[in-house]
Amino acid sequence: MSHNTTTAEAGRAGRAFNLRRILHSPLALPLIGLIVVSILMGFASENFFSVSNIMNVLRQVSIVGILAVGMTFVILTGGIDLSVGAVMALSGTLAAGLMVNMAMPGWVGLLAGLGVGVSLGLFNGAMVAWGRMPAIIVTLATMGIARGLGLLYSGGYPISGIPSWISWFGIGRIGIVPVPVIAMVVIYALAWVLLQRTAFGRHVYAIGGNELAAKLSGVKTQFIKLTVYGISGLTSAFAALILTGRLMSGQPNAGVGFELDAIAAVVLGGTAIAGGRGLILGTLIGAVLLGILNNGLNLMGINPYLQDVIKGLIILLAIYIGREW
Amino acid sequence: MLQLSGIKKRFGTIQVLHGVDLEVNAGEVHALLGENGAGKSTLMKILTGILQPSAGSILIEGQERQFANYDEAIAAGIGIVFQEFSLIPYLDAVENMFLARELRTRFGLLDRKAMRKRAEDILARLEVDVPLDVPIRKLSVAEQQFVEIAKALSLNARILVLDEPTATLTPSEVEHLFKVMRELRRQGVAIIFISHHLEEIFEICDRITVLRDGEYVGDCLVSETDNDRLVEMMVGRRIENSFPEKPSIPQDAPVLLNCQAVQLRRGGPVSDFVLREGEILGFAGLVGSGRTETALALLGAYPAAKCALQVEGEDIRFREPADALARGIGLLPESRKEQGLITSFSILQNISINNYGKYRRGHWFLDLQKERADTETAMQQVRVKAQGPMDRVDTLSGGNQQKVVIARWLNHQMKVLIFDEPTRGIDVGAKAEIYQLMRAFTAQGYAIIMISSELPEVIGMSDRVCVFRQGGIVATVEGTAITSEDIMTHATTGRVRHVA
Repeated sequence: MSHNTTTAEAGRAGRAFNLRRILHSPLALPLIGLIVVSILMGFASENFFSVSNIMNVLRQVSIVGILAVGMTFVILTGGIDLSVGAVMALSGTLAAGLMVNMAMPGWVGLLAGLGVGVSLGLFNGAMVAWGRMPAIIVTLATMGIARGLGLLYSGGYPISGIPSWISWFGIGRIGIVPVPVIAMVVIYALAWVLLQRTAFGRHVYAIGGNELAAKLSGVKTQFIKLTVYGISGLTSAFAALILTGRLMSGQPNAGVGFELDAIAAVVLGGTAIAGGRGLILGTLIGAVLLGILNNGLNLMGINPYLQDVIKGLIILLAIYIGREW
Repeated sequence: MLQLSGIKKRFGTIQVLHGVDLEVNAGEVHALLGENGAGKSTLMKILTGILQPSAGSILIEGQERQFANYDEAIAAGIGIVFQEFSLIPYLDAVENMFLARELRTRFGLLDRKAMRKRAEDILARLEVDVPLDVPIRKLSVAEQQFVEIAKALSLNARILVLDEPTATLTPSEVEHLFKVMRELRRQGVAIIFISHHLEEIFEICDRITVLRDGEYVGDCLVSETDNDRLVEMMVGRRIENSFPEKPSIPQDAPVLLNCQAVQLRRGGPVSDFVLREGEILGFAGLVGSGRTETALALLGAYPAAKCALQVEGEDIRFREPADALARGIGLLPESRKEQGLITSFSILQNISINNYGKYRRGHWFLDLQKERADTETAMQQVRVKAQGPMDRVDTLSGGNQQKVVIARWLNHQMKVLIFDEPTRGIDVGAKAEIYQLMRAFTAQGYAIIMISSELPEVIGMSDRVCVFRQGGIVATVEGTAITSEDIMTHATTGRVRHVA
């Protein structure tokens, strides 16, 4: 672009161009949004910037934040995963069920929970990659199936009575930092490495950028798609682990609508919904931004119904400003 | 009836039509003939208002007309049936014919009865019987075509353009279409008929206008010409010397690829060919003759009915291009933007897309320094002109984009490269560079399959040429037999081999 601009144009457009270049970083707008919203919340509530409140916000963010990691992988390939909330609920419910009803050791239950999440994710992936079905339909169906299975298994009631050490995952702390926050940070770090430092990650972007070109140049597009949905299932299961630890029970009704929050976090973080462009760090910023909005609006004592309206409008505004990066 | 004169058209710096004339009388079927890229489609787009001419005039019944868009051309009595139909697959024939100009009753509701009546009248005028109550997608291609023609007639078209209408029809359907065309001719409609099949032109047409490289070559009555004259008018005499010298390929050069049988569609023609080390095998033929599909079938990127392939003597069927890559077979696809490049990515990302295996550090991780260094080396090898490897590929010229796609394959132990239209949309200088690169590859022992619609390129570059027609190879020519006339004759009249 720059070398096409004539000197006359460059002189006139110089400043605007520089500004555009700064804004061109996919992280710039999410970060600006985060700062602006934080400052506004800081004015509105003096408690907002206290360490305990910040830790509280991050802890609240952690579950959707972790779901949004898998969602980022999926969206980068140009897909979508609507099943994450339901898969999380099923994974947690079955894990608790194994521990309570079948008297299995806690670690067996947790591993089984992870297995359930990954399996459902791989199922989604297989349907999308080899079944050649649209991701939005496949994962909508899986959402229904997972939710239904969880309710069937539990009869609709929470399953409590799990070993007490599991609460560490939900409410434990290391120093002053809650365990869920640490888990979230570690998962984001792993995702960053995977996306930015491995061939797999580059192929994820390539599929979202131009699937046909990627396939014709020798990328195993179907395998990569299978894997990204598998990753989304895995992060759903991790989120289930934290949720189960926090509630000390398996909750078949948990996580309704979380898929939408996760998608919102990804998109607020600057990832293109059509795939190919976006950064995992952006998703983290997006998730925290959403969390701050929730927290701040609560602190301000705003009517919860109105909060939803405000959040929706802010998402629209953010996406409007950020379109066509 | 219709008189186009001195039509010129340029896109940016490329002149595609250099003053073309076309005169069509009422009640005449007029063939528009020319090789791929001769300018037929552009001329028809100008006639139908989709494109505006840079110079020249359009006279209809003696009146000069200018069409700012398609709708104005329709209003002036011009109808066109495109190769790709513009019908909505889930609507029925009547709904399609009256799309966006539905007849209404007094109350503003659809007047289904009146529309159906009009549709039946028009189809009766064509003397065809098309089911009106089923979705269009359930009709045969020929029936869909009749609906398209009927739609044009319902708009009172007096000049009807049929752009390669027979390309996808069976012989009996072609006969039916010709019957309809004769009926329309009797009713005084002027028909412009585009086809690559010379025997069809001799059967149905009255007059012929020939274009070549955007130039008007001439027109003549069908009754006063023959096959050979037409072929000569189409290919002309051209001098091209930008091609590197052809090396001599030893007769016993090892066979890298032995394609024993490839059949694109069940019941379709079966083709076979071999590819030897160090040679360039041209795939010639008209658009839609099955060249690209055959090449993609080899790689596992097209679901062919049958594909029996030996790579270096070993039976193989590739499931996807990644498998082919593992055996050293790569593709430079036909459409850079849709199949070759990820346009929003950098040069680096586009080149290394299938090279990551070479940039491993600690098994899993990418060695970013090596990636960058190798990319820069590859860019130098194919001489990509850019500021650096991080430039986005959509800022590059067509020639440089093509070099980026080629560079992708440099780091592999490749044996076979398939170049599909390697110089399409590329300027002359970059073309010559790509030709040099291709010969440099074959000198290293690669073998290249080059699919090309440009005859001079096929002739100038190929050691042997497989000529395709109607989904299969109809002839393989080599040495001095590689001439425009020979290839064109096979491509327009050759007989395909059918195997049960």
